[in-house]
Amino acid sequence: MMASRERLYAIGADYRKAISGYDKIVKICCGTGCISSGALTVYDELQRVLSKRGLSSKQILVKKTGCHGLCERGPIVVFGDDEILYQNVGKRNIERDIAALLATINEDKIEDELLYKGDDKTKRYMSSFDIPFYSGQTRIVLSLNGVIDPENIEEYVGYGGYKSLHKALQMNPMEIVDLIEKSGLRGRGGGGFLTGFKWRSCRQAQGLPKYVVANGDEGDPGAFMDRSLMEGNPHGILEGMIIGGFAIGSNHGFIYVRDEYPLAVYRLSKAIDEARHHGFLGRSIMNSGFDFDISIFRGGGAFVCGESTALISSIEGKSGEPRAKYIHTTEKGLWGKPTNINNVETWSNVPYIIDRGWEWFQSIGSDRSKGTKVFSLVGKVKNTGLIEVPMGVSLREIIFNLGGGIQGDKKFKAVQTGGPSGGCIPEEFLEIPVDFDSLTKLGSMMGSGGMIVMDERNCMVDVARYFLKFLIEESCGKCTPCREGVRRMHEIVDRICRGDGSMGDIEHLEELGKAIQLSSLCGLGQSAPNPVLSTIKFFREEYRTHVQEKKCPAGVCKNLITVSILPERCTGCMRCAVECPVDCISSEKKEIHGIDQSLCTKCGTCFDVCRFGAVKIS
Amino acid sequence: MIEFKINGRHTRANDGETILDVARREGFVIPTLCHHEILGSDGRCRLCMVEVKKRKRKRIIASCLYMAESGIEVSTETPEIQLIRRTVLELFLARNPASEVIRYFAREYGVIDTRYTRDNDKGKCILCNSCVKTCETVVGVTAISLSGKGPHKKVTTPFDGPSNVCIGCGACMAVCPTGHIYMEDRNGIRTIWNRRFELTKCPRCGRYHAPLAQLEFIAQKSGTALDRLTVCQDCR
Repeated sequence: MMASRERLYAIGADYRKAISGYDKIVKICCGTGCISSGALTVYDELQRVLSKRGLSSKQILVKKTGCHGLCERGPIVVFGDDEILYQNVGKRNIERDIAALLATINEDKIEDELLYKGDDKTKRYMSSFDIPFYSGQTRIVLSLNGVIDPENIEEYVGYGGYKSLHKALQMNPMEIVDLIEKSGLRGRGGGGFLTGFKWRSCRQAQGLPKYVVANGDEGDPGAFMDRSLMEGNPHGILEGMIIGGFAIGSNHGFIYVRDEYPLAVYRLSKAIDEARHHGFLGRSIMNSGFDFDISIFRGGGAFVCGESTALISSIEGKSGEPRAKYIHTTEKGLWGKPTNINNVETWSNVPYIIDRGWEWFQSIGSDRSKGTKVFSLVGKVKNTGLIEVPMGVSLREIIFNLGGGIQGDKKFKAVQTGGPSGGCIPEEFLEIPVDFDSLTKLGSMMGSGGMIVMDERNCMVDVARYFLKFLIEESCGKCTPCREGVRRMHEIVDRICRGDGSMGDIEHLEELGKAIQLSSLCGLGQSAPNPVLSTIKFFREEYRTHVQEKKCPAGVCKNLITVSILPERCTGCMRCAVECPVDCISSEKKEIHGIDQSLCTKCGTCFDVCRFGAVKIS
Repeated sequence: MIEFKINGRHTRANDGETILDVARREGFVIPTLCHHEILGSDGRCRLCMVEVKKRKRKRIIASCLYMAESGIEVSTETPEIQLIRRTVLELFLARNPASEVIRYFAREYGVIDTRYTRDNDKGKCILCNSCVKTCETVVGVTAISLSGKGPHKKVTTPFDGPSNVCIGCGACMAVCPTGHIYMEDRNGIRTIWNRRFELTKCPRCGRYHAPLAQLEFIAQKSGTALDRLTVCQDCR
């Protein structure tokens, strides 16, 4: 084996040499989102066309990259170093779009149709740097997502990968722990515990062997940060873990990935094999004398297994039940040995901190929350996707600038942060900085970084019911308050939504919620009442209207609404009738429509499609 | 020696003693449904929650799992603790309306009735896990386990069928705090966990005394001849 440093440089140099031989590089986003929009077809077609001799005289490298972030507009194709970003490629007309890609490759001809359009539909953005969705971001852990081919270690090394590992291996382990502590990095899985502090207590803990674990068990509905990182830049996670292992004094790491993420499992496995092959994993890593290896553990996909003690139980082969954390996992974790668990995003930050120093990391973010956070922005927002912003950016900035505002220009109502057990934050708090402490103060939380935006057509009681339903199904059932209490909360909320709410229900929910928060065994149970308590806190009036007036102001709860057509506005266009899934709308062209109330399921489709405001929900 | 306070009173504890251990020894009443002196605790029922003040920090913890520490102040009757107890008991009352034990506990803590719809499919099981632990660690056969999650969690045999390792010893039934587990001996047959066990007749007094499967298990484990074990204890 070559001397470590030389080998690292050799791989990087080989890569740069190979890259310089190409006239053009075309990157096709092959994250799960873009794949589901047809990115693989675009890739195959383009490869097929290019392989036909004579169609291009240039040397072209077409590569698959990880998630680019702007999932709403996928498949996304990027040229060179982001000079040109094409969106929705191949979505409407694959042949025409492939021809356009060829034209760009051969003649540098820009296809206007495929460029990102601004809100006013006139301004077109060529490079991703100009699009507000991207320009508002600070990308650290996502910086190589959408740039490198995650299945090629040479690309990672070519972009500076494993340089930090080499640097760390020259340091004293304690020095690394100090550095991580000084950087102010806090756990990105949601807890927000100081990472350096955790590393220190694990390093100082008695008992061998020690383990490091990457938590990639992402279970929040609508969240895909961890998935994108594992799929888009698996080596970044490995490098962080190896450095962590060295600092803590561990020789074995586990990556816990839920089995629903097959692409992540595949790319991580490939990354591990390649890293081993190049001597970044295994015996005497980079000739340092330090041994470290990583195995992947595929979890069954229970939400609670993201909780550290349940995750440990799951790796040990037991059912995923959490245990009381009066003794920390850093002291007694996997098989009773000291174990350091961090979220994959936390691990991904580590190489950058080693490379650029703690001062640099500390300079990003807010007072007590340093660095950036990756969020998945979903719901009624225009630009759904994956973003990375410095901590402390306001919710308004995220939703209205990066997110482009609310779909259909409806009115913003609330944003749910922190996944199913987070809380709903109303408009009056949109200016608050997004960091661990501010969100907790509002009765919500950072969580792993899911953000679900809701508009005026979301009923907050119904939203609470939705999350409770999810939590009932995902409660492990070990402790009484979570297992029994959450389903009773759901019972009450469901009753309210059905119009059977009675006086005292709201107070009852508050009391039960408080008891569950105080007495549940793990974080899932302790935070399970949040969706209800935060919606009661900020939207009490809406609950009251449901209970006392038997009305749903947002027009969602089916038993409490009627859908009717306003004759004075109806133009007889038949659009509602065509879209109605149960054919309950009587219609003749140019005649005023009517709804057969006995058939209507109150789904609201007619309301959503009517262009004249002629459908009334009351 | 660890010294700390429970409800303002000085108490002493040995290393490794939980707050519940100490409190019970000292005569403080902390209710619990899932704790078993030999099998230990998993912290499932949450009835034994107490408040612990450590320096300035207050926490609510499960007294069955939290080890006594010097200098802490434990309170067992704060308004929050009372809220937790009442809530847990009301939830149990809805889950196990037929359980006399639950009804007794509920009455003790002033819970007269439950506001929730009563379950009629959960029997008296409070998912304390004592039966599972007994079967696994005391008997050593693991015929039953917790299966499912959330409200669907239950104690059962593999795939709810007759377990092929069960020896019909009934230890699970004996340890169950609420009397949920059903066992019946009739006409030389013991029925438990959906399986029927042939009972052995004592060759001397002619009384049915234990399932053959259990005697075979003991014979194998202890090296005692089966012939000897088929004679009941009274006649031996």
